[in-house]
Order: sequence, then structure tokens, then C-alpha cells
Amino acid sequence: MQKLRLRYAKRGRLRFTSHRDVARAFERALRRAGVPMAYSQGFNPHPKISWIGAAPTGVASEAEYVELQVVQALDPDRLAQVLDAALAPGLDVLEAVQAGPGGLAERMEASRWRIALPGVGAPELAAAVDALMATEHVEVERLTKDGRRLIDARPAVISAEVVDSAELAADSPDAVGIDMSDAGRSCGILVVVVRQTTPAVRPDDVLSALRVVAALEPPVPAKATRMAQGRLDDGGGLTDPLAHDRAAIG
Amino acid sequence: MSVESVFPQLEPLLPRISKPVQYVGGELNATVKEWDSTTVRWALMYPDAYEVGLPNQGVMILYEVLNEIPDVLAERTYAVWPDLEALMREHGVPQFTVDGHRPLGAFDVLGVSFSTELGYTNMLTSLDLAGIPLRAADRTGDHPVVLAGGHASFNPEPIADFIDAAVLGDGEEAVGEITDIIRAWKAEGRPGGRDELLTRMAETGGVYIPRFYDVSYREDGHIDSYAPNRERVPATVAKRTTMDLDAWPYPKKPLVPLAESVHERMSVEIFRGCTRGCRFCQAGMITRPVRERSVEGIGAMIQTGLENSGFEEVGLLSLSSADHSEIGPLTKQLADRYEGTNTGLSLPSTRVDAFNIDLANELSRNGRRSGLTFAPEGGSERIRRVINKMVSEEDLIKTVSAAYANGWRQVKLYFMCGLPTETDEDVLQIAEMAKNVIRAGRQASGRKDIRCTVSIGGFVPKPHTPFQWAAQCDPDTVDDRLRKLRAAVNSDSDRSLGRNIGMRYHDGKPSLVEGLLSRGDRRVGRVIERVWREGGRFDGWSEHFSYERWTSGAAAELEPLGVSLDWFTTRERTEAEVLPWDHLDSGLDKEWLWDDWQDALDSREQDDCRWTPCFDCGVCPAMGTDIEIGPTGRTLLPISPVGVGSPVQNPSLIR
Repeated sequence: MQKLRLRYAKRGRLRFTSHRDVARAFERALRRAGVPMAYSQGFNPHPKISWIGAAPTGVASEAEYVELQVVQALDPDRLAQVLDAALAPGLDVLEAVQAGPGGLAERMEASRWRIALPGVGAPELAAAVDALMATEHVEVERLTKDGRRLIDARPAVISAEVVDSAELAADSPDAVGIDMSDAGRSCGILVVVVRQTTPAVRPDDVLSALRVVAALEPPVPAKATRMAQGRLDDGGGLTDPLAHDRAAIG
Repeated sequence: MSVESVFPQLEPLLPRISKPVQYVGGELNATVKEWDSTTVRWALMYPDAYEVGLPNQGVMILYEVLNEIPDVLAERTYAVWPDLEALMREHGVPQFTVDGHRPLGAFDVLGVSFSTELGYTNMLTSLDLAGIPLRAADRTGDHPVVLAGGHASFNPEPIADFIDAAVLGDGEEAVGEITDIIRAWKAEGRPGGRDELLTRMAETGGVYIPRFYDVSYREDGHIDSYAPNRERVPATVAKRTTMDLDAWPYPKKPLVPLAESVHERMSVEIFRGCTRGCRFCQAGMITRPVRERSVEGIGAMIQTGLENSGFEEVGLLSLSSADHSEIGPLTKQLADRYEGTNTGLSLPSTRVDAFNIDLANELSRNGRRSGLTFAPEGGSERIRRVINKMVSEEDLIKTVSAAYANGWRQVKLYFMCGLPTETDEDVLQIAEMAKNVIRAGRQASGRKDIRCTVSIGGFVPKPHTPFQWAAQCDPDTVDDRLRKLRAAVNSDSDRSLGRNIGMRYHDGKPSLVEGLLSRGDRRVGRVIERVWREGGRFDGWSEHFSYERWTSGAAAELEPLGVSLDWFTTRERTEAEVLPWDHLDSGLDKEWLWDDWQDALDSREQDDCRWTPCFDCGVCPAMGTDIEIGPTGRTLLPISPVGVGSPVQNPSLIR
């Protein structure tokens, strides 16, 4: 029995997949790739896959994590390669490591989200973000299965900065997945670090908060991407959650 | 002229609607070809929601068959939900295919597969969204040929005004022949325009062009005659039969959607056709004769399909899967082959009398244990003789007892209500049967917590069956019988029996509308169009179906013509009556159908020609076909070793 940890991305039009869609796609890709999965016991055996959170439907991600258990020892790099080949383009396995000691979920303290707002200029966005950071509480409404509920979106927001898409270098890590051919029509990009709380504050909630504090109404739907998740370091950045595992293997 | 994807216009709408993933395409094994590198282009539509349409085997097979032809492109489209429809109208986005997101209007053919008549309004929505004129007569050479297929196309008269053509029967070979006709016509510079193209199709005798036939009516509203209105058009159109299933091993690469669908498994059709002779069953009547796929052919399709899809379950599909002449050895060999790979097998449609518990155990040996479902269809032995579904209650009790004893906890039973000659007593017998199932199951398992679910559908008389002459039962009678049945299930000296019985049914109203669309003639087209204009969409979905919209539409459009909803549904037909599908040849001899209808009224059974002499239904001589069944005694090719935890082995992974 071996435990492996993977980072994968959800890109492009596949951002419209729900977490359940992604889970089904992974299970099937693992079978196509011939990965010797461990299964649970009982009348309804399931492959042993643990999901560490999941970006919401409609939100892309460069930093999703999943844990697999297999019954034969595998080479993690090879696994990443064959599983990526078996998955649809847009679900991309970025790296795999053998699990070291300690849980993965507890290494996820916050996420860095990049939210591109076509049709909203960077100065307008910056003003709205300043207004948001200047307040302590912003109640936003969220539609759930059980109707509307109010959550305070502000305390979870640790930092927020605004970038002009025209000033983003094509090779910047923050440029991944942004159509740079659109640079003629520059727009504001919000990069926001949000603590993982219960209930979770999602990119949509941050946008709702900007609507509440600054009446910001994007003319077309914003495109959000999770760029990273991990533990907060002293400088306000995020640590790599797989660093421990890599160190354990040596 | 290249055709651009509409995805850039569609994408901003997607965050605003429910389940956007169903519109983005990108299914595993989908094909997107370059438009300009192809000469004949098909859009294939399943006129229901994506989650229902995607797993449809018919569309999947034709999609792959067509895309294997180098100069042919085939893409798929499904009905869009009203939330997206409204946004598409607001933003001028046309109906699109999910593969290349190309507008439907740009294709040569729009093939629509109708498993049920309740998809007719959805076809009108997509034509309208695509900017294709609703009526065939208004289309020009710039518009696709709208071609209907699927079981409902055996009576396409209600949609005769909206379609250009219909194909009856198996599509594998027909789509190739139609492609050849279009390719040649285009290469010649489209001589004679659309009319010539359709005439060339009609000339084959296997494509029905409704516009090329005139219908005359008598004063009393009955059809007087059907006649071709031009030369080169045959008087009758015959169904298509693909004889050698092993020559058509499709789908080879099953489509695997990102979105959830109604069938989360791959399917292999183990035989086509059925001669059990259930008199209500249109599928069994119009798909004769029985043609089995060979054991090796099935085994090869399953392995290829699993390698290409990653599904955990394989459905062995047919109209009555346990009737395959080698089902026992086949399931045992498959269970052996996939030992340890967590691959389940299922038989979606099984008869009690062809089923046994060894078979059930083999099916669930390597995968999840799915529920057991049987369809006695009728509650009393008398009604089962009328419908010719000869399964005995004794067989049922024996089989379910064995299932409960072997660890199954739930059995589902399917029945119909509103069958010809049915009385309250026939329906109340369903309660007795369900209670006997619970009693036997408790005894066999030694447990109290077993369950039996009874599902009941309203019977709809269908064309090309012995019941095509029958009066459909009115919804009030159906609803009344179901109320009495529910009371009988729950009121008993032993109340605990009723608590273990679940009942699922819908009211009888949608069945009456289905009845209108099933046995209607061209006059019903006006009703469909009116209902659609008044908002009718997704009529197979109870939350979208409006009975009032259909009854008021039928009253407004039919009564001025001297006919009515009742005239088309609850009226019994006479032997002499010209039926709207008489010129469409399913191979069944009309006299034989009539005799079988008379036998039904006398509660006389009819055997299966696979095991008893031919009873002259007419199909084989009319179509030049024959029964193709085993047993062959052949065995599966060994595939060894299969993987661990997966049917695929990948040695390169192992350290």
C-alpha cells in the first residue's frame, strides 16, 4: 500500500465542472491508465481517493490537491505523466509525490485567488478594493440549497492587490490561463488571499462584497482562478503544501 | 466557407445558468474535425436534456460510424434547458453542437433521434433557435435536411410538416447510404435543388419523405388514402435491418461525459430484436428478427470499451438480456476475466423466467451489487395472457426468494395500468403479488427489513403492435385504479407488509398526450406547433409538462377538423380503418397483427419463434431476414493478465 499526493489544475472551459464531475473524471482516468488503486471493502467498493477541498463550479484552479492509495508501489513522476495523459485536456496533473508523515488537509490554511474582471478598469477596481479593505465587516448574501443566507466576507480576506492586465508579463505565473491576445482591452485583475473558514468565503463572495461596499458591477462574468493554497508564511505568502512530503522522501 | 464556433458568445452566458458543464463538450472520445476538410456534415440531435441524450446508444453509434468516414463530419446537439434558451434568444446565440459549437444551420443534415414522442416540442425549439424554418415546405437549399429516426419514426405523421425525411429501423447502414446520396448530389453541383436530393433519398425505398405523399380524408374524419404525389417515389417505405451485429461493433469508444448522466456505465448491445411477443411492446414488434452478437464479439467490445472509457460497470443491453442463448457462459466468463478489477456487470432488462440466482451472483461478483428489477407488467394471470407476457407469479416468487436469501434487500417490479380489457381486479392483484414477494422474502432471508418497490406506468397503445387498434384507457380510470391499488397495498390485516412496499407512479395525463402523439396523423402537427408556441418544452419532464396546454391546444386545432384528442386516443379502431402508418412497412403483416389483437381479446397466448415454429408475423419474408441466434459453444478469448483494481494493465507504472 502506497499513498500519493497530487497537485492538479482545472483550466479553460473545464472550470465549469463541479467537484463531483472532477471526481468521476479522475476515477475513470485512473482505471484507463491502469493505476492499481486500493478499494474500500463491502458491497459498494470505492477506490481510495481523498479530495482536499475543491474549487467551486465555474472557478478555474492551478492548485487543487488529491490523495490516492494504491496497492503496488509506483513511481510518482510516471503516475503524474500517465494520469495526465488519461485526463481530458483542462484537467492537468502538475505534480505527484509519495506522501510523507502528517495530513495534507491541515496544510491548507488559505488560498490565493486571481479574479480577472473584463470590462472593469484597474483604477476602478483598485478604488473598490481599497473601500473593501477599509471596512471590518461586509455582509453578503449567498444562495444555498436552503435559501438565502448572510455571511461576513471581510474577515477572511487577508490581503488584496490589483494588477492591470496590460502590465502583466506573459511569463508571469499570474498570467497562466489569461488570454493575452485580449491585452488591447486591458482590465483589472484582483489577486486576493483568503483564509479558509467555515462557511468558506469564495471568489463570488469577494465580488459580492465589492458590490456592497463600492457598487462594483462587472458587465460580464468575472473569471476566477485559484493560484495557490497552503499555509500562510510570515511574509503573507503561501507555503507549498507538498514541500514536507518531498523533504521526507529526501 | 468555414464555420466559426459560437463558443465565445456562449461562454459569458454559462456562469448564469444551471449545470453549464453540459454545454461545453470535451467528452472523452468526442471528435472535432476540421470543417473544411469534410464534404458531408451531420448534426445529430437527441431531443432531450444532455444528461438523458448523451448516453443514448443510437446517437453514439451513428456519431462514431459517421466520423469514421474520412470526408464526413458528425457533431452532437441536445435540447437546451429554458434558462439557456432565454439567454440564447436575448444574445442571438443559435442552437449549437457541443463538439465544435457550430451553428446547426450550417450542417447538411440534422438527424433527430426520437426514442419517445415527448421530444417533439424540443425539436421545434432547436429548429427555431437554429434559424431553420419550422416547416419543411419553407426550407431552401441553404437549410439542413431534417431527418427523423428512432422508434417514434415508425409513425412520423404528427411531425410530418416539420421533418424533411424519416428513416425506419436500424441506422448503421442507412446513414452511409444517405451520406453517399448527399455527397454525389453536391459533387454534381446540387442538380434540381432540395427536391431532387430528397427524391433521390425516397427512390431507395428506405427513406420516407412525408411531403411526397398526399393524404385524403373522408367526411367522418377518417383517412381515406395515402398516395405518392410524384414519380420515382414508392408507395410504401420499408424499415432498415442491420443483420450482422458483429460487423458493427459500435460504440468502440464510448463517449464519457464530464457531466453526470442518467447511465453511468458503458453498454454493449448483446442482441437486437425480440420475439417474446409482448403485445404492448412496440420495440419488440418493430425490431424483429432477433440477431445475437457473438460471445467473442461481445467480449472484444467490452474490453475495448473499458480501456477507452474507464467505466466501472458494463450493461449487457437488449430488450430482454437474459434471453441471449449463451448468457450463462458469457456472464461466467466475463466475471472470471474481470476478477479483482472492480468491474460490475448488469442486465438492464431481464425476464423472471429467464433469470436465475447464479446469473445474479456472476453479475455482481466483481463490482457493485445493483438492484434486481423485473417486469411482470400485469398483476393478474388473466391480463398477462392478454398482453402475452407469460411469466408466472410462482416463477417470480421463486426467483426473488433466492435473491433475498442471497443477500439482496430490494427488488423492483414494473407494471402497467390501463391495458386493454383491464378491470380494477387485475390492478388490485399487483398488491397481492407485492405482498407475496415480501412474505416470501422475509421467510427466505429471515429479516424484516427487505423491500419491494412497485413502479407503474400508464399504457400507451403504439403503432405496429397488435394493440394499435385498442382504445387507450382514459386518465381518470387509470388514476382511480392506482388510488384503489395504493389503498389495497396499505390496508391489510398485516400492515407491516405495506410498509415494506414502495409505490411509484405518475398520473395518467402525460400518457394520454403520448397516446395522441403516438397514433396521431398529420393533423396533430398543428397541436404540437401550438403547444410549442405557448411554451411547451421538455414534455417528458413532469415539472415542465402541462396537460392543460395540450388539451386546450388539441381542442382548438382538432375540433374544427371534426376530430379530437379522444378520437385519437380513447377510440377503438376498426379492422378496415386506414391507419396513418399503413404505408410505412415494419415487415409485420397487418392481418397477423389483427389476428394477434383478436387473440389478446380472447386471452390467448402466442409462443416465441426462437423456440417454437414460425407463427408468420411476416417480418422475415418481407425483409429478407432470418433469426440469428446461438448457442455457438464458442468462448471468450483469454486476456491475461488483466490489471489489479482496473481492467487495464500498465506495467510501466510499477516501481
